[in-house]
Amino acid sequence: MNTSQLKFRDPALGRALGEKLTTVVNQIGRDPVSVMHVCGSHEQAIARFGLRSAFPRALDVVMGPGCPVCITDVPEVDEGVALALQGVRVATYGDMVRVPGTVKSLADARAEGARIEVVYGIDQAIELARQTTEEIVFFATGFETTAVATAAALLAGVPKNFSVLSAHKYIPPVMEIVTEMPGTRIEGFLAAGHAAVITGSGVFEAFVKSHGVPVVVAGFEPLDILAALVKLVELVRDRTPRVENMFPRAVTREGNRVAQEQLWKVFSPTGGRWRGIAHVPNGNLRLKEEWAAFDARRRFKIDVARLWDSAPPKLLGQCLCGEIMSGSKGPKDCPLFGKDCVPENPVGACMVSTEGTCRIWHQYGGHLDLRGIA
Amino acid sequence: MSSLRPGSGSAFPSVIPRNQQIAMRHGGGGRAMRMLIEEVFMRGASDLPVDGVGLSAMDDGAAIRIGDQFLIVTTDSHVIHPLFFPGGDIGRLSIAGTVNDLSMMGATRLLGLTCGVILEEGLSFDVLERVQASMQATCREVGVPIVTGDTKVMGKGELDALVINTTGFALASRVVRDNGLRVGDRVIVTGTVGDHGLAVMATRNKLQLEGKLESDVAPLFDLVQRVLAVGGDAIVAMKDPTRGGVASALHEMAGKAGVGVLVSEEAVPVSEAARAASELLGIDPLHVANEGKALIGVRPDRAQAVLAAIREHPLGRHAAIIGTAIAEPKGKLVLDTGFGRRLLAEPEGEPLPRIC
Repeated sequence: MNTSQLKFRDPALGRALGEKLTTVVNQIGRDPVSVMHVCGSHEQAIARFGLRSAFPRALDVVMGPGCPVCITDVPEVDEGVALALQGVRVATYGDMVRVPGTVKSLADARAEGARIEVVYGIDQAIELARQTTEEIVFFATGFETTAVATAAALLAGVPKNFSVLSAHKYIPPVMEIVTEMPGTRIEGFLAAGHAAVITGSGVFEAFVKSHGVPVVVAGFEPLDILAALVKLVELVRDRTPRVENMFPRAVTREGNRVAQEQLWKVFSPTGGRWRGIAHVPNGNLRLKEEWAAFDARRRFKIDVARLWDSAPPKLLGQCLCGEIMSGSKGPKDCPLFGKDCVPENPVGACMVSTEGTCRIWHQYGGHLDLRGIA
Repeated sequence: MSSLRPGSGSAFPSVIPRNQQIAMRHGGGGRAMRMLIEEVFMRGASDLPVDGVGLSAMDDGAAIRIGDQFLIVTTDSHVIHPLFFPGGDIGRLSIAGTVNDLSMMGATRLLGLTCGVILEEGLSFDVLERVQASMQATCREVGVPIVTGDTKVMGKGELDALVINTTGFALASRVVRDNGLRVGDRVIVTGTVGDHGLAVMATRNKLQLEGKLESDVAPLFDLVQRVLAVGGDAIVAMKDPTRGGVASALHEMAGKAGVGVLVSEEAVPVSEAARAASELLGIDPLHVANEGKALIGVRPDRAQAVLAAIREHPLGRHAAIIGTAIAEPKGKLVLDTGFGRRLLAEPEGEPLPRIC
């Protein structure tokens, strides 16, 4: 099939799927039926195409901990800031620079004279290291998608003055945590298609079996998301929890074996906190023992305690980023959203990253319910 | 007459915190620039006493009553990089930009333009002559003379190549404002959106695109004469969507009129090349500058006739009705994507500096 002929943005098909969605949700007969997606790109597509206004009122589609920048924990940011203030050149993704730590962000460190390099990926950071004899630390964030890139780069060989401060996270375990949270309303998950390209849809089978919650792998065009949601609420309606792959043009059950091998050659899963959510067993990806020479945590003595002398910014106490990422609250519940917290002057991480819930909602006009407009 | 007060109608705090400096976004044509004008330039400024359009209206130009007519005045400084871009150059831009602002105020007779240039030491005569020839050609196209001017030179590195300011004078018997939309009125865009900004961005980023992506820079005076002749009093608002694009201009029109606008994304004309560039750059064409397009608010019963007249004009072949004024939410744009609806946010500013 010539994929250029495929039309993933056909509004007529979209409307038909929207009607189907309403029918199935009505058949369930509960209000609300709550499902969660765990990906900033899904939220981008939902917001960009105005899908939420076409969802039935009884369906609540919540964005969970799907923004890697947002769930990077405060102490992890502190480590990056402390390293930079110790005089090490820290290279990282642009989104990370303004994410607040306990008292300071990397941007604050830069204002104090620290050298922060914004890069598009690890390759660029390695290139920086090749051009100098100074120590370059790549502050590596992101889920299994970017973790694979970090692993592949290390396996391919990096210069001696290069090391990695890994804040990589692994998504499957956090779905268990969210499902087990007291008072959780989540009845099903949309899984991120691009991560599943690597892990395979099979990675969710154990979770579905142990927790009885369906998972549907979804792509990123509006029709992908609508079709996956229809499938998900059908599984909820029929009480038949299982894994369904609604992104078969890219995702297989096994996933990318080569990438998985590379990932687990370099990283081992360890427990750790995700910002605002909880301790997630096996949710953090840390460099294995044999990569110690390239692990910034082993290479440097990182002095984070010196950051804690001054008080954190006052507004940070009111930030609901954690509750928003665990799906228990939304941007509309936050008193700072769009007022004291805006993209040009963000308070919390969710307003910093282009994959953050608050940033996306702000970009697409806030949280007005448009379902009533004639 | 709108009475915009600093910060009014906005849920946002000031964008100019104490001790801050001017940032590029303050010149981007969006919310930040509007706040800058409201909070700095309008503070303590006296305005026209009666029966005219002054600074506080923040329209495309001023209107000063003289007898039974209005003198329309507007001024614009042009800074663009590169000076020559696909579809135009800074010379054509400096004439078209000012003529278009006069046209948007309802001008029916162009009187003349002034031209002030600031040149960088070391600029080649060849470049200057090409720019001057382009200005003259555009003046001839519209039928307006440059009647006076000024020249300054600054040291190398004190500015980049060339800045051109033009001020325009024209007459109108009926001033068309940008605040006249009422519930039910239609909004027409006179052609494809985003071409200018995307063409400049594609040039700067050296994007290799299929199809021809060119700036739309053109003087709209002739097209607007046709609109006014066919539409008459039914033409209730006009604005050219330059920096910040259609989203920014429509926000201003909606906010000043106290209405919302429901925009159909499927109806918005976008050229194939502009669409490709916008997907590649991740920038919505509705947020990108145009230099040869107008947004026209028209009473519903005359909308089709005005649209047909625009489409007969060479600069209006792709014109379309893209929106309808609605009662709520006031001052906001609701975008119907075909899949659902969302708000079309007011851009903070043009995504790229030095675009016009």
